[in-house]
Amino acid sequence: MAERPHLAVIGAGPAGLAASLAAAVHGVRVTLVDAGTEAGGQFYRQPAAALGARRPQTLHHQWRTWERLRTGLDGQIAAGRIRHLPDHHVWCVERESGDGGFGVHALVGPMQDDGVVVRADAVLVATGGHETVLPFPGWTLPGVVTAGGAQAMLKGGLVLPGRTVVVAGTGPLLLPVATGLATAGAHVAALVESADPRALLRHSSALAAQPGKLTEGARYTARLLRHRVRALVRHTVVEAHGTDRLESVTVAALGTDGRVRPGSERRIPCDTLAVGHGMLPHTDLAETLGCALDGTDVRVDDEQRTDVPGVWAAGEATGIGGAALALAEGHIAGRSIAARLHGSAPDPRTWAAAARARTRLRTFFAAVDAVFAPPVGWVEQATDDTVVCRCEEVTAGEVRSAVGGFGAGDLRTVKLLTRAGMGWCQGRMCGPAVAGVSGCTLTTPRRPLARPVPLGVLAGVSEEGLPALSEEDLE
Amino acid sequence: MAKRLTCDVVVVGAGMVGAACALYAARAGLDVVVVDRGPVAGGTTGAGEGNLLVSDKERGPELELALLSARLWAELAEEFGSAVEYEPKGGVVVAATTEALASLKDFAAAQHAAGVMTEVVDADQVRSLEPHLAPGLAGGVLYSQDAQVMPALAAAHLVRASGARLCTGRTVTGVLRTAEGAVRGVRTDDGEIHAPAVINAAGTWGGDVAALAGAHLPVLPRRGFVLVTEPLPRLVRHKVYAADYVADVASDSAALQTSPVVEGTAAGPVLIGASRERVGFDRSFSLPVVRSLALGATRLFPFLERVRALRTYVGFRPYLPDHLPAIGPDPRVPGLFHACGHEGAGIGLATGTGHLIAQALGGKTTDLDLTAFRPDRFSGDEVNSP
Ligand SMILES: Cc1cc2nc3c(=O)[nH]c(=O)nc-3n(C[C@H](O)[C@H](O)[C@H](O)COP(=O)(O)OP(=O)(O)OC[C@H]3O[C@@H](n4cnc5c(N)ncnc54)[C@H](O)[C@@H]3O)c2cc1C
Ligand SMILES: Cc1cc2nc3c(=O)[nH]c(=O)nc-3n(C[C@H](O)[C@H](O)[C@H](O)COP(=O)(O)OP(=O)(O)OC[C@H]3O[C@@H](n4cnc5c(N)ncnc54)[C@H](O)[C@@H]3O)c2cc1C
Repeated sequence: MAERPHLAVIGAGPAGLAASLAAAVHGVRVTLVDAGTEAGGQFYRQPAAALGARRPQTLHHQWRTWERLRTGLDGQIAAGRIRHLPDHHVWCVERESGDGGFGVHALVGPMQDDGVVVRADAVLVATGGHETVLPFPGWTLPGVVTAGGAQAMLKGGLVLPGRTVVVAGTGPLLLPVATGLATAGAHVAALVESADPRALLRHSSALAAQPGKLTEGARYTARLLRHRVRALVRHTVVEAHGTDRLESVTVAALGTDGRVRPGSERRIPCDTLAVGHGMLPHTDLAETLGCALDGTDVRVDDEQRTDVPGVWAAGEATGIGGAALALAEGHIAGRSIAARLHGSAPDPRTWAAAARARTRLRTFFAAVDAVFAPPVGWVEQATDDTVVCRCEEVTAGEVRSAVGGFGAGDLRTVKLLTRAGMGWCQGRMCGPAVAGVSGCTLTTPRRPLARPVPLGVLAGVSEEGLPALSEEDLE
Repeated sequence: MAKRLTCDVVVVGAGMVGAACALYAARAGLDVVVVDRGPVAGGTTGAGEGNLLVSDKERGPELELALLSARLWAELAEEFGSAVEYEPKGGVVVAATTEALASLKDFAAAQHAAGVMTEVVDADQVRSLEPHLAPGLAGGVLYSQDAQVMPALAAAHLVRASGARLCTGRTVTGVLRTAEGAVRGVRTDDGEIHAPAVINAAGTWGGDVAALAGAHLPVLPRRGFVLVTEPLPRLVRHKVYAADYVADVASDSAALQTSPVVEGTAAGPVLIGASRERVGFDRSFSLPVVRSLALGATRLFPFLERVRALRTYVGFRPYLPDHLPAIGPDPRVPGLFHACGHEGAGIGLATGTGHLIAQALGGKTTDLDLTAFRPDRFSGDEVNSP
């Protein structure tokens, strides 16, 4: 009997889980490699078992979908078809010369300073996305967290980031974050959204495609009302105040030109500001493999294949669009991989429902993207002494003088001349901010190392090869 | 409407070499325009390191140029100093075995005779110069003239200080010639720039610019990766490399070579570079290459095993078949000057190059004899030789 082909899935969020299940059910051995301590990714983030959460489902909606995924995963793991490697941080995926296989290099251990390699015949990049935060005076104060960070604390650690919270920025994520915090007992002093969500109504085709999203939004809104959360739309946080940590924020109304309306400022006392300005895909691993991008997203075809043979991508790595879209894409990817690894062309009719959902959700999120754009005036709010790159402590003023004084006209030159984006996060956090302040187009630099790697691991000295999932392990 | 500019000299390329040419030409009283298809330092200058080395050069014309350049860098440092992160930190070349030390000493003795400051150090002295080096090394040589700059900042500051007009985002698409064949400017994708002299400082693409004027100059790319670590306190004080590095630099082989130079930087990260390979303009990441850099560096400094690499980047050194740059007037095309092909030393050699080019432009006798750097020294058959 021929050996079953082996797929490495990177990322155990909705996309990676759906793909792993679809592939495993159709005769593929799967190794699911994920940085999290538990499967679930960003959306179904699970509290560590040791925390003994009694009712984690109160923090999640779509709990039933999650339960189905979880049960499926447990079953496939028990059957030896899926191996789940939690707490494995992939720093590079390499196409190995010779047999056309791949080497997935990950960091493990409490300090992430040991290395392992997983070898596979195909790779699915399901690495999701990361939040972006645009700078404003005071944003580096302790007490200012990202919206996703606040939610992660809540879902993963079962702790509230603070007692009195302002949720601010833009994007469809703010609503669930504010609702989650309020439900868990925080006082949400305000939800400050710079866009006007009613503008979505103008994209009637998008809404018609996605009536469920309206009810989802309505449900959140009702819950916010119940918790007496003040929602300030077309408003923005212009400054965070405090000496040692956050004490209050100033919010202001935005005019139709996207700029702050003078005289509309007011202070809101709070100990926590959860702020987010949308998300960007994690594309480092795919790019290093040579996959083409469309703007900031990994480019895929109808089967979720990238343009590099043997490499598929699904979920937010291919464009920001929520958990349901990630599930649909993951499912399609898993079916396609199973067929292709067995040497046949897949039949798209077998995933017709997922494909319809994918089309609808992509249309909807294209409209969401257009509506929830940061206000044009944010750049003016970033005063010269506002830090834009936290890792290297580069201010907006320094970025501006690299442009004004030396004619830097692109992000790479700004980085070379100011160090903005050269630090720990390698520009993942500050990229959009530096682009905005410098007036340059946002481009993703190549990051062949997706995670900081100890040189000993890089040198191959402290890296261990994992045995392939063997046939004997299978039932 | 397309712009038309007139000046005394057009510098093609706003890398380190073009910046130095602009500075010295402007200081000689010429009206200079610098044109680059990208930004300042967008070519190899922004993709390499800033070692200003005399230590790795054997006796000969390149060493002469390196010594002249080192003097000029020290002069410029008084003006630009910390803005370009100039650090006269010195280099330490180490030898693992007594045999390697013996040949390193011979190499250094010849350099010393040519005017390089060298100091042979024994095993104990090496450890006191660099306390974190691996134990058991035989000894080494200290080169106090080795220094460092941050290349992109250096290029940006020199261009600005020159007062030259800088046209970025403008590609040179032709070299304008008179009926007699003399240069009268360049054509760009955004209009013409008229001048009686053109300097080809297009680095790795210098061969293409030469071809626009009908001149043969076989500049080719030699790929290099650099590794950058997390910021650290000063644990590596000098530029440190193993003696076999010199053999790599001078090598003619296309195969991969890595004997990294390890150094701390003013900003904190340790830089480990660089590999040398001839694979054309292939930008794709090569894990084996970066692995061997990491291996070389951790062998020299075992503490680096636990230090994290944050990033790696790639660049293409401009090299000519005999590993010497092309500097000076092109006898085939009156008015055309070349300043390219500096391979892995273009940052270090930029000042001397700019100074000599300014002298040549002014019709003066140059401080160094330019014969070895003649741009017309290649026949056309050497391109494919190994
Ligand atoms: C604050 C917040 C609120 C949200 N609320 C909603 C909502 O209400 N409704 C909705 O539909 N969507 C919501 N989303 C979006 C939803 O979480 C995502 O759409 C969904 O999780 C995307 O699924 P994914 O599988 O593509 O990626 P993710 O769920 O992000 O999973 C990616 C996984 O890959 C892992 N990973 C990434 N890089 C590596 C690496 N190098 N090595 C190892 N592992 C790696 C990550 O650790 C993660 O586990 C929210 C997101 C955020 C941040
Ligand atoms: C990994 C690595 C490490 C290195 N380390 C060192 C070191 O430690 N010390 C050292 O001294 N050197 C080092 N070097 C070598 C050094 O970087 C180069 O020699 C030097 O940068 C060359 O400078 P340049 O100005 O000639 O070329 P570049 O910086 O490449 O500038 C040439 C410019 O010409 C422009 N150009 C090209 N064609 C056209 C056109 N048609 N129209 C308009 N503009 C054009 C390009 O856009 C480019 O900006 C290293 C190189 C690499 C790759």
